[in-house]
Amino acid sequence: MYHYTQEQLESMKKVEATRASRRENLHARMTAEEKDAVLAEFHPDYITSAYEELKVGKNKGGKVLHELADLLQGHSRVADMDIDLTKIDYDVDVLVIGGGGAGSSAAIEANERGANVMIVTKLRLGDANTAMAEGGIQAADKPNDSPATHYLDALGGGHFKNKPELLYKLVNEAPEAILWLNNLGVMFDKEADGTMVTTHGGGTSRKRMHACRDYSGSEIMRTLRDEVFNRGITVVDFTAAIELIKDTDGKVAGAVLLNMETQEIMIARAKTVVIATGGAGRLHYQGFPTSNHYGATADGLVLGYRAGAKLLYPETLQYHPTGAAEPTQIYGALVTEKVRSLGAQLVNKDGEAFVYSLETRDVTASSIIRECRERGNGIKTTDGEGVWLDTPLIDIINGEGTIEKRIPAMLRMFGKYGIDIRKEPILIYPTLHYQNGGLDIGANGMTCVENLYVAGEAVGGIHGTNRLMGNSLLDIIVFGRNAGQQAGEKYKSVELKELTLDHVKAFEKELEEAGISTEVRSPKLLPDYRRKAN
Amino acid sequence: MEKMVNVYLFGKRYQVPESLTIMKAMEYAGYQLVRGCGCRNGFCGACATIYRIKGQQELKTCLACQQQVEEGMYVATLPFFPLVKQVYDVNVIKPTQQIMMQLYPEIYSCIGCNACTKSCTQELNVMQYIAYAQRGEYEKAAEESFDCVMCGVCSSRCPAGISHPQVALLTRRLTGKYLAPKSEHLINRVAEIDAGDCKAALEAIMNTPLEEQKNLYNHREIEK
Repeated sequence: MYHYTQEQLESMKKVEATRASRRENLHARMTAEEKDAVLAEFHPDYITSAYEELKVGKNKGGKVLHELADLLQGHSRVADMDIDLTKIDYDVDVLVIGGGGAGSSAAIEANERGANVMIVTKLRLGDANTAMAEGGIQAADKPNDSPATHYLDALGGGHFKNKPELLYKLVNEAPEAILWLNNLGVMFDKEADGTMVTTHGGGTSRKRMHACRDYSGSEIMRTLRDEVFNRGITVVDFTAAIELIKDTDGKVAGAVLLNMETQEIMIARAKTVVIATGGAGRLHYQGFPTSNHYGATADGLVLGYRAGAKLLYPETLQYHPTGAAEPTQIYGALVTEKVRSLGAQLVNKDGEAFVYSLETRDVTASSIIRECRERGNGIKTTDGEGVWLDTPLIDIINGEGTIEKRIPAMLRMFGKYGIDIRKEPILIYPTLHYQNGGLDIGANGMTCVENLYVAGEAVGGIHGTNRLMGNSLLDIIVFGRNAGQQAGEKYKSVELKELTLDHVKAFEKELEEAGISTEVRSPKLLPDYRRKAN
Repeated sequence: MEKMVNVYLFGKRYQVPESLTIMKAMEYAGYQLVRGCGCRNGFCGACATIYRIKGQQELKTCLACQQQVEEGMYVATLPFFPLVKQVYDVNVIKPTQQIMMQLYPEIYSCIGCNACTKSCTQELNVMQYIAYAQRGEYEKAAEESFDCVMCGVCSSRCPAGISHPQVALLTRRLTGKYLAPKSEHLINRVAEIDAGDCKAALEAIMNTPLEEQKNLYNHREIEK
């Protein structure tokens, strides 16, 4: 059970005292200039000391966070291994690396096209950020909305840096993605007449957030996983891809696999490869806690980069405004944006709302950091500080029972520690949530390396430098399916030559020539949380 | 110095800070987890765990990432449980009572012991949703089971060998696909896009100069 500190209790009283008046008087939205100012001063992406220049690879000269640079410029795990590429353990048309929403969607679509598909995943199928997405999925399917409106929202939210052909695809194929999921049996929240229940997310101009309570990603993931199994698609679990294999023409042709439990090495030959390895929250950039899955360690970026693919916007991360700040047991866990969509406000220690609750995520997170660091209006917590998210407003605004019905996971998560979010506000602070950037692809889902496709969070460019809520569940479906469709056709014309790992040797040489001396082996595969000081 | 408690991981005693979850306690003790660890946030069901507090009779169940340690806690994790998952073509099956009889007939062997409900890490009324599934009331079963994370603890406690999470998943897919009302506005919009009706407006925005795009964005009308 969580016990509030005296300071927290006193502050909570102030939040209660101002609740009624705050309900009526919403905090003003920021102007474009105010947003730029708070971002420049307080967003973690602007802290130059956290970054370094890459010395090798396609993005040489570009900047990434230290933690990612270490991995991108680390040694290959196969560098010292004697690997026999003629001993093929798996021989497939489409190899999907990663078993989340994007990987599963890709596998289903490639299977649909008759390809022999195999998914390898370092944990279980469905162990992914997808399953943890709570709030919802965007699609412009209401009469007052349009793909063009969706496009403008995502473009502005992404600071106009989104790759146009990718964003076009994202918004234009969004309604079809929802219909596809619905036809697979995903249970979206609907009115009695079938109308989708939709809400706002930060930075949306129309209510286009579709949800499955606050288990949106979980519901999507378990349905996709079930479909993968129903189709008899080969799933090799607890097995990581630790290096891509090419053929002598320089085209991607498979991967070296590692059994996570027995350490056995296996070889998968494949005519096409889809990287769907997800994000990087478990690298804990700049010391942030994360809302991400245990396996979110940027593996796909490392594999792709070493194989010669390019990264786009790898320097931009998303810090979700509302990670749990108390109790310490769930520090950094996601408190879905849907909580604010339903009316909860961000409030400082004096009970004052200090930002409009549904600004874009980067702006909201920066405002919270400013409120704590510069203005001294944060509340002390076990692990640092935080501000209030005034959840009781939700039932006041929408009627009693709303929290129970619409955000049961949140009610449960805090309820386990004796905190009733219907009656008490909760303490939150930004948490590392999403990798905005990633591997650069074209509209066909392929990188500049022939036959290497990417889908999901490992892709860069769809969301510019800041993703809107609900556009990630959307992109894993749209671009996961796309990658599966493309790879599921492309393989038919692929003639593989002899397999080789020469590109890995070349990369090692490049490291040496750049004077990089490191002990790091990458990809990382899993974080190490064991206590060091024994 | 934080207060320490004794926990017994697979029977072996470790002293760990009392603020930790079971999962973090295992890591504190030195385990590098591969099995039995997933989202670490209560959504994936990877870390199903059974424990008993020393001196108490009751066996308790939880997700290791969501449960704080206690003094005298004896912990066994359940990283995998052999659930039965029947395969089917979702486009061929229909939401009739027969489908459950064909795919998961063992649910009719339920003896009503309620061990599933008592053990649910999400505190769902598991036996109730199985009862709904038996009667072909799939929407109710889907509703009742919606927050299931498929950790499998219920099945581990079931004397009838029922794979409750898989039964629940089937009822949800039947509900989502066949029983829930269709969304006309969604079907219409997909048809409009397929007919190319949305293309011109999208291309117009794409081809707008950057400064004008910014202007459009900053002055766009926002639905109340």
